[in-house]
Amino acid sequence: MSFSFSNCKKDAAAEPQVGKLAIEMDHVVGNSSLVLNAATPNYTTPSGDRFSVSTLRYYISNIRLRKEDGSEYIQPESYYLVDATRPDSKVLTLENVPTGDYTGITFTIGVDAARNTAGAQKGALAPSDMFWSWNTGYIFLKLEGKSPEADNGAFTYHIGGFEGANNAIRTVSPAFPTGTTLLIRTDHAPEMHMKVDVMKILTGPTEVRFATFSTAHMPGASAVKLANNYAAGMFRVDHIHAN
Amino acid sequence: MRQRIPTVLLALGLAALLAAGCQSEAEVAPETVPGSVLPANFPAPVYDLNQNPPTKQGFELGRTLFYDPRLSRDGTISCGSCHQQFAAFSHAGHGLSHGIDELLGTRNAPALQNLRWQRNFLWDGGSNHLETMPIAPLTDAVEMDETLENVVRKLNADASYAQRFAVVFNTKPIDSYQLLKALAQFTAALTSANSRYDHYARHESGGTMSAGELRGLRLLTQKCTPCHGTELFTDNSYRNNGLDRAFAADSGRARITQLPADRGKFKVPSLRNVARTAPYMHDGRFQTLEQVLDHYDHGVQPSATIDPQLQTGTTLGIPLSSQEKTDLLAFLQTLTDEQFLTDKRLSEKP
Repeated sequence: MSFSFSNCKKDAAAEPQVGKLAIEMDHVVGNSSLVLNAATPNYTTPSGDRFSVSTLRYYISNIRLRKEDGSEYIQPESYYLVDATRPDSKVLTLENVPTGDYTGITFTIGVDAARNTAGAQKGALAPSDMFWSWNTGYIFLKLEGKSPEADNGAFTYHIGGFEGANNAIRTVSPAFPTGTTLLIRTDHAPEMHMKVDVMKILTGPTEVRFATFSTAHMPGASAVKLANNYAAGMFRVDHIHAN
Repeated sequence: MRQRIPTVLLALGLAALLAAGCQSEAEVAPETVPGSVLPANFPAPVYDLNQNPPTKQGFELGRTLFYDPRLSRDGTISCGSCHQQFAAFSHAGHGLSHGIDELLGTRNAPALQNLRWQRNFLWDGGSNHLETMPIAPLTDAVEMDETLENVVRKLNADASYAQRFAVVFNTKPIDSYQLLKALAQFTAALTSANSRYDHYARHESGGTMSAGELRGLRLLTQKCTPCHGTELFTDNSYRNNGLDRAFAADSGRARITQLPADRGKFKVPSLRNVARTAPYMHDGRFQTLEQVLDHYDHGVQPSATIDPQLQTGTTLGIPLSSQEKTDLLAFLQTLTDEQFLTDKRLSEKP
């Protein structure tokens, strides 16, 4: 009995040590929480445009965790579809992360070019209303809502595109709060809390005015402008619980 | 009665003989899934069957799905409705196809053949993969107007489908991945490579061509390539062939790329089985091949994006004498592949 037990211990020791990480997406609009489908506009842009939000969905993919020495853990099959209406989708769970002290994170907002051209896919990448069939490829981010400033009272931004000048794939590396390290251990399950700010989609390099810019429905210049906006600070690591 | 694919089978047999050193040609299994053996005169395909290895059950499941109208919202339109085998899987006699609720589409339903050799699909190249291609007609509001989610729900509610999918994919329930992979097993099998021209090109019996047909082939090589080049008789590019001076109704490839340089460009269709795929052009405006040749001879319209192949100095089009037209038409008939058009394995009722 004790003999076989020690054998087990030995085998276990040979396995790489792994732990788990949860990344929680906390949706906000500027300093307010995201409340969907408000009856009257509940947010205002810096230029004074009023709006409410009905839909927020986006892909997060190819998550990489970085140690201080620059070495990286690249998560395999790393595709998540976050939907503001589905609480379970707001927690990205990474299993089997090698133990270690991590100091940085990098991920793609959207879906890499390879998976946009690879045919039938499963899981988070199964074609849904986040997939264009007439111009094949994934919609990386959808933001829809209402604004009295918009021509027909509504705005719809469907952002995607993976080729040439229309490439809207953006990869970001939001910094950890100063002095914070992500400790992956076999006996801890840390939680990273990400503030995801919808206002950044509308501000940034291009400030969106609903009167003149209320739709983006295909890969192209409008989608690229919005992608540049959200790449410039929509995702921020707020705090990390070591647990 | 000649064999179905003598040369390729022979080649396969020889390859097996060389590899194994002890196998005779007679021991090579007959082709159970159509199109899984590459035609000897074709280039390498884009869609590798290794990414979706066909089986007899998978292919037959794909065929059932292709002909099943339940894939549309109200159960009236199947893929086969607009893609009829006897017309090389195009829509015979329809300039524009009618989909759900008798709604008319905006373009001519293209022939479905040799799809494994296409990098992009649709007249504008908007679809980039054989497996995701069916999502376009399935979800289009004037074609089948359905969602993948609903189709999968309907399939799972059908005991026969549940059982057949489980046999092929070894997992339950049916999901959109399985649906698309099964359909692709059928569409990947639509290989047309047994026309009289093919037998001629592969130096097989049954490949006799008349003097006029051979003159037509030479003319085609001189005047119609590179657009209709290679053994696929298309270079799969997008070109403006001078149908119109402006493109307000349909900008073609520019709908996808949004580049002004792509306005009025459409995918060059293959000439295989062209005698059976009338009407012609992306909007089905020409009823006969004579009209098509007349267009190239004297109908080509100028525009900013006209294909350079159709403009020499200030002269537009491809001048063709009446004899040349006769010879070209004679050659085009030799590209009809009766075996493909009548193969029971590809038909709605095999």
